[in-house]
This record gives sequence, C-alpha cells and structure tokens, in this order.
Amino acid sequence: MRNRFDEQLFELNREIIEMGALCEEAISNAVKALVTGDVILAGSIKEKDNAIDQKERDIENRCMKLLLHQQPVARDLRTISAAMKLITDMERIGDQADDIAEIVVFLDGHIVDNMELIEEMAQETIKMVTNSVDAFVIKDIALAQQVIEQDDIVDDYFLRVKRGIISLITDQAVNGEVALDLLMISKYFERIGDHATNIAEWVIYSITGMHKGA
Amino acid sequence: MSNIITVKDMCLWYGDHKALNNVNIDILEKSITALIGPSGCGKSTFLKTLNRMNDLIPNVKITGDVRYEGNDIFSKEIDVNQLRKEIGMVFQKPNPFPMSIYDNVAYGPRTHGITNKVELDEIVERALRDAAIWDEVKDRLKKNALGMSGGQQQRLCIARALAVQPKILLMDEPTSALDPISTAHIEDLAIELKEKYTIVMVTHNMQQAVRVSDYTAFFLLGELVEVGPTDDIFSKPQDKRTEDYITGRFG
Repeated sequence: MRNRFDEQLFELNREIIEMGALCEEAISNAVKALVTGDVILAGSIKEKDNAIDQKERDIENRCMKLLLHQQPVARDLRTISAAMKLITDMERIGDQADDIAEIVVFLDGHIVDNMELIEEMAQETIKMVTNSVDAFVIKDIALAQQVIEQDDIVDDYFLRVKRGIISLITDQAVNGEVALDLLMISKYFERIGDHATNIAEWVIYSITGMHKGA
Repeated sequence: MSNIITVKDMCLWYGDHKALNNVNIDILEKSITALIGPSGCGKSTFLKTLNRMNDLIPNVKITGDVRYEGNDIFSKEIDVNQLRKEIGMVFQKPNPFPMSIYDNVAYGPRTHGITNKVELDEIVERALRDAAIWDEVKDRLKKNALGMSGGQQQRLCIARALAVQPKILLMDEPTSALDPISTAHIEDLAIELKEKYTIVMVTHNMQQAVRVSDYTAFFLLGELVEVGPTDDIFSKPQDKRTEDYITGRFG
C-alpha cells in the first residue's frame, strides 16, 4: 500500500542523509583547516556551505510537494514537519562551519597551543551531528536522547577552552585578537552542538508526537 | 458542556452477523464528531442506531446501553417519533421531496401539528437561514425543490431537518455526492451549526474529518478502535490500526 508515497519518503531520507554528510564534511574540514592552518582548505568550505544551502531548498521543496500531494497525517505528517524543521538547523550548522573557516583564513596559518582541546571539542560536535541525522533516518529515540546528553559534554569543552584561552592571555602567550578568534571558534562549535540537539529533539517528536516544552 | 449521548457496551447483530461489537463512546453536546473507517466497518450502522433508524430493518438485535440526555433510547417509554424529531438525519444523496422549497421545510412542522401560516413562515425562514441557503432561495420558495443544484438540495435537506428543531444532526456522508464548492459550503455550515446543535458525521474523506470535526472515532470490523480529539487522532494516534488506516497503509 502507498508504495509511491513510501518511495518519496525514502527519497526524503536519502536527501537528509546527504545534507547531513555535507554538514559533517564542512565541520571536519573546518577543524582540519584550523589545526593545520590550511587556508586553502578553509577557503573551500564556502562551497560546502553553498551546497548545504542548495540541499536545504531542495528538501524544502520536496517536503512542500509531499504536503500538497499526499496530505500526510500521523507519523507521515510528523516525519515531514520534523524534516522541515531540522534542515533549518542543518543549514545553520553549515553557516557556522563557514564562519569558523573565515576566521581560519583570517588567522592566516597562526597556530596556538590550545588547538588539541578545540579539536576534541570539534570531534564531539561532529559525532552529535552524525548521530542526530542517523537517529532521524533510523528512527532511534535512544540515539536522539544520547545526542541531547552529549551536548553537556560539548558545553563543558567550551568552558575548558575558554579557561585555556584566559590562561594564554594571562601568560601573554597569544595576542588579544587571536585569543578572541579562538573563543569565537569554540563558541561556533558549541552552537553546532546546540543545533544537533535541536535536530535530536525533532527526531523524538517525529517518533513520539511529543516535542520538548510543548 | 456535557455528554448528550452515552453509549455503553453496545452490540448489534443483523441476523447472525455481529455488525457492532462492544461500542463505548460519549458524544459531547455542541460538538462535531466524525466517524471514520473502511466500508462495512459499522460506522453507518452505529449512526443509524442513535435515532433508532435500525428499527426499520428486520432481524436487527441490539444489546447494551444507549442514552440520549440520560434516557435509554430503547426504553418502552421512549416515543420514537419524538426521538427522531430531536435527532434528525441527513443522508448521502440529497433527497428533497418533489414539492416546493417551502413545503419541503414546512413538511416536518406540519406533521407535528403546526398549521398557522405566520408560524410556519417563521420556522421555514429560520431553518433556511440556519442552513445558510435563505439568501439563495428566498425569492423562489414556491419553486420545486428538484430544480435546485445538488449542493443547494443538500442544504435544503439540512434546513428540513432543522425545521423540527432537533438537538442532534446525524449526517451520513453528507458531501460525498457534491462538488468541492458545495462541499465547502456544507463543511462551513456544519461548523456554524455546532453553536446550536450536536453533529455526528460519517465521512470517507479524511481531510474533511480533520477540517470539520472536534472528535474523531475510528471503526474497524464492527469495533470502535479509537476515539479522541481529532487533532490527536490525526497527529499521534495511539492504536497502530488507526495509524495504518489514516495514513493509507491499511491491510
């Protein structure tokens, strides 16, 4: 029954996986560029961000068409409305990866000691993004819940990075501008964690019909 | 608001065939309740039980408790004509009598003994106004009702049901024979009517149930599977059978 509609929902999932993969690449390239000071790699993230924006519009169109053609109800309605919400968060993740890359270009190969911690933080946020998208695709509440809990770890990283930057300033090991740039970068990663958390909350809604705070 | 109808453990047999199995439902007054389910699931049978239209079918046996305003509708003290006056019915296909628009609406009140012209005029106008068709027909009340469009005929049938001042309107797929514009008229009308009346509506159109009703009851194989606020039923149904039916993955 409803083979065609089910195929279209399958296609929607496929596109969301692709968009998720683009986001993961954008973040991991951003962190790689940061750690290695690779300005060219940093410059290439803009293209990824553009591809993410395009994907958002494609998925949006697909969802609008599904709403119009299939007039979905119950879990179908929840899946499609959750998809429309979570691509907005994915799009913001793309923007933030690009914001980080812009700062890397600005730093122009300037590498400081505090990078390991930021790198670990970045790996943690990438995991959150991957898990949140996977949770949507395989409809896994436990995995979505895990993402929400992971956000505390990322928040904790942010505080540690901040403290690290403060000591760098105290020790006069870094100039003020670079210190602020590093703080901005870690804040962007922290925000990426928040967006992954939002995605996970929409995943839970799509499965249970209950959204946090509703 | 209180329950105008309460149904407890109702079963219904057509001969040996059990068409309704242990139905329990409360109908809230001045609300619209949609009955949905696949053909043959018992929803129309259930609807017709509420004003004892099933009495007209031979070999029907009903058990359980059905109360209208607290009174057992199968009790010997119940006047069936009075019950059907208070619980009116509108059918799938518009079925105006082959007489004038005026006489169609005046038919019920006349049957109930009203002959005063001024009084009848008032009743007819009020019923036609309530059925949102007065402006379209006020200049041709003496014209034959069969000359109206399908949508107008259906609203006339609603006016005819309203003329005897019912409390409940039962509607059995009231728009399935109508075009989209007439359907929209009837849907808007139903929402206006619930200010004064209680409506129970059988529909095969899911979107109609979503648009119009406050509560939705899903029937399957003679069983009331799930009933609840319409928004809940269509966004997060509790029973997998409801989910499968409304999302079109039934069977």
